[in-house]
Amino acid sequence: MDFDLSEEQRLLKESIDGLLTDAYDFDARKKYMKEKGGWSKALWGKLAEQGLLGLPFAETDGGFGAGAVETMIVMEALGKALVVEPYLATVVVAGGFLRHGGSAEQKAKHIPGIIDGSKTFGFAQLEKNSRYDLFDVVTTAKKKGDGWVIDGEKFVVLNGENADTLVVTARTKGGQRDKTGIGVFLVPADAKGVTKKGYPTQDGLHAADITFTNVEVGADAAIGDPENGLPLIERVADEARTALCAEAVGAMDQSLKDTVEYIKTRKQFGVAIGSFQSLQHRAADMFVALEQARSMSMFATMASDFSDAKERSSAVAAAKVQVGKSLKFVGQQSIQLHGGIGMTMEAKIGHYFKRLTMIENTLGDTDYHLRRVSEGGGLLA
Amino acid sequence: MDLAFTKEEIAFREEVREFFKNNVPPETRRKLQEGRHLSKDEMVTWWRILNKKGWGVTHWPKEYGGTGWTTVQHYIFNEELQSYPAPQPLAFGVSMVGPVIYTFGNEKQKKEYLPRIANVDDWWCQGFSEPGSGSDLASLKTTAERKGDKWIINGQKTWTTLAQHADMIFCLCRTDKNAKKQMGISFIVFSMKSKGVTVRPIQTIDGGHEVNEVFFDDVEVPYENLIGEENKGWDYAKFLLGNERTGIARVGVSKERLRRIRALASKVESGGRPVIEDPAFREKLTACEIELKALELTQLRVVADEGKHGKGKPNPASSVLKIKGSEIQQTTTELLMEIIGPFAAPYDEHGDAGSNESMDWTAQIAPSYFNNRKVSIYGGSNEIQRNIISKAVLGL
Repeated sequence: MDFDLSEEQRLLKESIDGLLTDAYDFDARKKYMKEKGGWSKALWGKLAEQGLLGLPFAETDGGFGAGAVETMIVMEALGKALVVEPYLATVVVAGGFLRHGGSAEQKAKHIPGIIDGSKTFGFAQLEKNSRYDLFDVVTTAKKKGDGWVIDGEKFVVLNGENADTLVVTARTKGGQRDKTGIGVFLVPADAKGVTKKGYPTQDGLHAADITFTNVEVGADAAIGDPENGLPLIERVADEARTALCAEAVGAMDQSLKDTVEYIKTRKQFGVAIGSFQSLQHRAADMFVALEQARSMSMFATMASDFSDAKERSSAVAAAKVQVGKSLKFVGQQSIQLHGGIGMTMEAKIGHYFKRLTMIENTLGDTDYHLRRVSEGGGLLA
Repeated sequence: MDLAFTKEEIAFREEVREFFKNNVPPETRRKLQEGRHLSKDEMVTWWRILNKKGWGVTHWPKEYGGTGWTTVQHYIFNEELQSYPAPQPLAFGVSMVGPVIYTFGNEKQKKEYLPRIANVDDWWCQGFSEPGSGSDLASLKTTAERKGDKWIINGQKTWTTLAQHADMIFCLCRTDKNAKKQMGISFIVFSMKSKGVTVRPIQTIDGGHEVNEVFFDDVEVPYENLIGEENKGWDYAKFLLGNERTGIARVGVSKERLRRIRALASKVESGGRPVIEDPAFREKLTACEIELKALELTQLRVVADEGKHGKGKPNPASSVLKIKGSEIQQTTTELLMEIIGPFAAPYDEHGDAGSNESMDWTAQIAPSYFNNRKVSIYGGSNEIQRNIISKAVLGL
């Protein structure tokens, strides 16, 4: 049992923290968000230069063979700096599908572009009525010759507008909520029949609603077993949830630091408002919420090595519950303790709150995951 | 970063489990599972079994009978002890006064007291709180006046846990009335059988008798019963209170209770189905399990940190343990209350369910719920814990 970072992990943390301290203050972020597509290609290039985009990939695929802990370190740093670049969609999600399900050819074709920063991805999963159920899929992929024809509508695809390639879940067999008959397909974003409607999201990221009309792809588009893709989807979704937990911990950590700093300096009635016990106790409760979330983020990170998929899922779901509860409390109270200034677009604290809020509603909210753990027989069982 | 226990640690856990299985008296275990009070004999019998095995004072230095275990082994031992469940060692002797004596006491005191603490030949109680000194402990008024080779002690202590069983007390007494309040306090130990000591029971809202008022009326105590230096008692008290950071979360206790809740909720029916099949109840239970898992991890972080970097600088997360640990313990007793519903009502003043055999397990549920309100009050109330976090961790 060991919660310390290894020497290499510590260096990784220093390097990404250093990079973001230099290149990602609040003003820089505003500038990046105004660039075409809503994020900075130059910054993305810097991440690539430092090897951060290649971390989780096997050395044989040109990566660094890093594990879940390294992803946690990166995501926490991205959360602290409120990074809007598509690391989750590209490296964690698309990278996850390729690592766990990709053929040698698919890996060779797509991973180098991720690592060198030239290509980004989007995960087209959410449908109008699927909400958080990953198996609830209406979009179809029908066999045509050797390849597939994809039809359907996907919503809130993060980085969907800018992505070079979309990872699409589609039904190859069965009814809307069948757990088998789901495939995962790599679709070039400029394929004929792909229509995108892009928009900014509440937290300053970018997403798109995407329609697939008779989109033809080759046999090599399917990642893994096109008739039984759910276990792969769940595995990658668990990695994405784990990454989101770490990102939230980073964002909460910085929110609390900024809030404590604020109440130490803001004066009312002739004294710093942080001298009032009601505010001190609120801040202490925020600290408790943060540390409990941090513990569960670590738990989920370490659960990625669990061999039993049910155990892994339950651990990740439990982490998402704790993080969801904590982020709501820390996020809301950060605004409260900042007072009026916390309500303004101009102050950074509100942007943490918005990102945290969106994290809760990504890939299953607190109630959804609580129900999952509960229906699975609880956490002690 | 690695969550898994090593092979050696897993083997150790098996050894501990095996020992408990073979050595904890079944009746003692059953009573603990049902939240009943144990008799003095039952507790002492078990502690002597532990001490014979060499596990009576596990965390003491080896020369005084400790085990030399790693922090992880200590964690495993406590966890297994709490979740078996078996009675935990008498904190007042083993975790509180013992470490003060081996750290600050003289050789004679070490020789005289430590072996008797380990074997519970003396039952110790703690003389800290007073009627006017709760969270503001340093305002205490009990005095010890030096007269030749004696102390003359006068005053009153309260909330003295299990003083009715006690042979010895360690007491904070004011020895310099002119000094600033923290500076004039001394740490003195003496026999509860001394002339002038009166113990009066306090009945708590659960109907039980755990705590007492203790009165000192010109109690004569040998001067040599002073531990450490005169007027340095506050330092020793702080040392003592800071010593048991991780045990306070009582993760094992809550784990055992959550297991019991699942078992009972599968048995008891409501609305024509077992309570556990009610989604609202089940989600509350699950939420509590998740909170406990988070706390367990937080505790492991503190334990691992202490193992690596020593106890000198406490991990900031340690202040979370008391707050969350007590909240979770209280939630578990609320869940038990929900399971039994209207059958919580019957009151048995002896704390035993002789009157209704079929509802045997329900007898202690309401009292345990009432009694557990104490856990967010004692050991530095949760509000004091928040003060500590805001000052020591957040720098407010």
